[in-house]
Amino acid sequence: MEPSFLQWLADPGLSHFLILSAILFSLGIMAVLSKRNVIMVLMGVELILNSANINFIAFSRFTDLSLDGHMIGLFVIIVAAAEAAVALAIVLNAYKRFKTINLDDISMLKG
Amino acid sequence: MEFTAILFYVFAILTIGSASIMVFSKNIVHSAFALMFTLIGVAAIYVLLYADFLAATQLLVYVGGILILILFGVMLTSQESAKLNFKTVTVNVVPASILSVTALVLLTYVFTTTQWASRNLETPQETVEILGTMLMSDYLLPFIIAGVLLLIAIIGSILMATRLNSKPTESN
Repeated sequence: MEPSFLQWLADPGLSHFLILSAILFSLGIMAVLSKRNVIMVLMGVELILNSANINFIAFSRFTDLSLDGHMIGLFVIIVAAAEAAVALAIVLNAYKRFKTINLDDISMLKG
Repeated sequence: MEFTAILFYVFAILTIGSASIMVFSKNIVHSAFALMFTLIGVAAIYVLLYADFLAATQLLVYVGGILILILFGVMLTSQESAKLNFKTVTVNVVPASILSVTALVLLTYVFTTTQWASRNLETPQETVEILGTMLMSDYLLPFIIAGVLLLIAIIGSILMATRLNSKPTESN
């Protein structure tokens, strides 16, 4: 058992990259759920998007997905850029109105 | 141990280590800078997967764009009564840890026990030319839609951000 595990460790393949992305995903979930600062939540979302991207590109390298995975990763990056711009504009507006960016304090539907 | 394996582990440790610093740091500026090293590590992982164009795009868009936006957001929203406050509040630590560890265990179990239909690794080639051809043929419609989406996002965020200067009493 032990030598085969060491051999598995010494040769990075598809599952290594998938496990790396799983760790990044769980760290992103942790940031989104436990932080009360809007910008920290946004950073957690970026982490989750990056882990999904690693998955796409690892599958594109190691399976028959070929370059379609790269394409999907490219579009994920584009949408993440648009999302970050709009989300930060919303955060600035909320800060202007509520004087805080703590998610628990921003609870009014009609400010 | 091959050179590629050593590189993979170096960059994986860089990525995961700085991501955990980002999540568990109390200071939001430290978190933002740790996020920068995470994104650089992810770009290096893309290079190891022979995705050269995507690695360059990751560096340009994430490290050069989104991270700067996030730092500006931190600076503009951290003032509390004329002094800066970079502390972040952490709540729900136990449920969040349980949920994320559950997600990690489940994902790792699925990823390691599935027999993926892998193929023989061919010699990699530059992806830029192929990606350009694909963008202009098979992916033409998503490409145009992404352009329209970016235009809408720019107009929307400019509108929302410039309404900051108007008085809050005169809505509409």
